[in-house]
Amino acid sequence: MKIAVCIKRVPVMEVKFAITADGSRVDETGLKYDVNDFDLWAIEAGLQLKEKNGNVGEVVVITLGTDAAQEQIRKALAMGADRGVLLQADRAPADGLAVARALAAELKDGGYDLILCGRIAIDSMNQMTGPMIAELLDVPCVTNVFRLEVAGATGRAERVLEGGSEVVEFPLPALLTIDDGLNKERLPSLKGIMAAKKKPLDVRPAQFGDAHVVVAKMSLPAERAAGRILGDSAAAVPELIRLLQTEAKVL
Amino acid sequence: MANVLVVAEVRGGELRKVALEAVTAARVLADQSGGGSVHAVLAGAPGIAAKAGALALHGADSVLVLEHAGFAMYNPEALATTIAQRLSGGAYGYALFSATSHGRDLSPRVAAKLGAGLVPDVTGFRVEGGAVVGEHPQNNGKVVATLSLSGAPALIQVRPAAFQPAENAKPLVTESMASAVDPDASRVKTVELKQGGGGKIDLNDAPVIVAGGRGLKAAENFKLCEDLADAFGNAAVGATRAVTDEGWRPHTDQIGQTGRNVSPNLYIGVGISGAIQHLAGMRTSKTIVAINKDKDAPIFKIADYGIVGDAFEIMPALTAAVKAARAQG
Ligand SMILES: Cc1cc2nc3c(=O)[nH]c(=O)nc-3n(C[C@H](O)[C@H](O)[C@H](O)COP(=O)(O)OP(=O)(O)OC[C@H]3O[C@@H](n4cnc5c(N)ncnc54)[C@H](O)[C@@H]3O)c2cc1C
Repeated sequence: MKIAVCIKRVPVMEVKFAITADGSRVDETGLKYDVNDFDLWAIEAGLQLKEKNGNVGEVVVITLGTDAAQEQIRKALAMGADRGVLLQADRAPADGLAVARALAAELKDGGYDLILCGRIAIDSMNQMTGPMIAELLDVPCVTNVFRLEVAGATGRAERVLEGGSEVVEFPLPALLTIDDGLNKERLPSLKGIMAAKKKPLDVRPAQFGDAHVVVAKMSLPAERAAGRILGDSAAAVPELIRLLQTEAKVL
Repeated sequence: MANVLVVAEVRGGELRKVALEAVTAARVLADQSGGGSVHAVLAGAPGIAAKAGALALHGADSVLVLEHAGFAMYNPEALATTIAQRLSGGAYGYALFSATSHGRDLSPRVAAKLGAGLVPDVTGFRVEGGAVVGEHPQNNGKVVATLSLSGAPALIQVRPAAFQPAENAKPLVTESMASAVDPDASRVKTVELKQGGGGKIDLNDAPVIVAGGRGLKAAENFKLCEDLADAFGNAAVGATRAVTDEGWRPHTDQIGQTGRNVSPNLYIGVGISGAIQHLAGMRTSKTIVAINKDKDAPIFKIADYGIVGDAFEIMPALTAAVKAARAQG
């Protein structure tokens, strides 16, 4: 089984973000980076599918970004992926379709049985790369997968809805976007980290095409004002009810 | 002047509240761009036409009814092809989708077919010199990107609850629409719809959410959240990842970075510490109430009102008080 996993280098979120003085982007000073969580679960899904298949085949990780993103590819290789491809770009465009075009061009002739993406990248929060790639390659696509069975050339997946779910059947080759709940990612082992150093990592320039979406401005949302502690027992309940009725007007 | 095509979301044969929000937003967009028409696509099994009235009531000049047994369940391939075909004739300046699981699945497919621009998940937008400018939360909602989108059609996803459904009654005009491809020939087949997760109302439709965390200690104690939700009458029950990982609630009830994004009028978090990944999914709620026995729990930093105390004592009292308040009101 030949599986491609699209991954993204994203900032670790446990920080206070700042915007550059010209208001055009996030200030990168002090940010730390990792593989997008959903993409880690996609890598894990790919590794497990290959293992179930008698370890026959290949798991290829593909990312788009600066040279620094080689670090994230190495992490995936240390987890067990076989090789990596970096589509080099100074900055990922704001236009999701431009990103999808670059990835689709790389995936096009790869002969993959499955292409896996994370459901969403937690930095851009675009959540469109996967279905766009599928459309550009004309392969079946199932998004938000949190349960998955693949048998031969068919798959069955359960996808998350708001307060519900759907069971979906599809033929391979296909593209899936992986949601939280499908699995937990394995940690790279020391042996994996050593092995990763010797695995192939190709670097080539990304080809985007036209873009219709551009960033006009970046800003920080208004801070929420600190709230009030009303008490330390059920005795505070009447005051809460009063405030919900008179101040918040939600009751 | 530009016409707007809006895709009305249907689940299990019912219009979702997000469909009325999207039609409301489409009306705003049409009016801002100089008075175009709003055409709402209503796809479903035969009989779905009966739901068209609510779309006209909320501002649709025309409802395009796409009836076929193959649309009884979500059929993204046939729907995307049909919508892309409709949009490709040049009749529309904009297409609007809900930023829901379905809308975020469907709209990128349509954008890719057309080579059109798509702005994801906007909390607000305006038309500025022909371009659409929309606000899109990023980085867990810690940053807001203002994105500008040019070219026609411009595709926009509106975040659930960002627009309150507003009545703007138009005469009911329906037009039947044919699928551009055989809906039964789609490769991707939705074979089963599981409604409802743990709550009785969908998380994104509910004006009130009672969310429970690990502080509730066991699956059966979520009865406390159910009871409070029932007392409100219009509330859904949500959960943290710690809870869905434990299997106390279904995975689909999870709120947060890796779960659902919600923006109810009132969010009540019970026994929830307020980890950043949870806050990412609910910080845009209008009013936030936190009940936690740890006065230093981070959730108090973003809560409007807090009670530092034992959920097992406070929840029954709160449920009784909400019931009493609603009985009077
Ligand atoms: C990649 C990643 C993604 C994640 N995505 C999400 C996500 O989408 N959503 C999410 O929610 N989390 C997510 N998490 C997990 C998140 O970091 C926290 O672990 C989780 O939110 C904690 O859930 P909790 O508040 O229920 O539990 P805890 O952090 O264990 O907090 C329980 C709270 O209950 C209180 N408590 C205990 N007993 C009582 C009592 N009797 N009465 C009142 N209060 C009581 C305690 O004081 C404590 O504050 C993610 C984590 C990672 C690493």
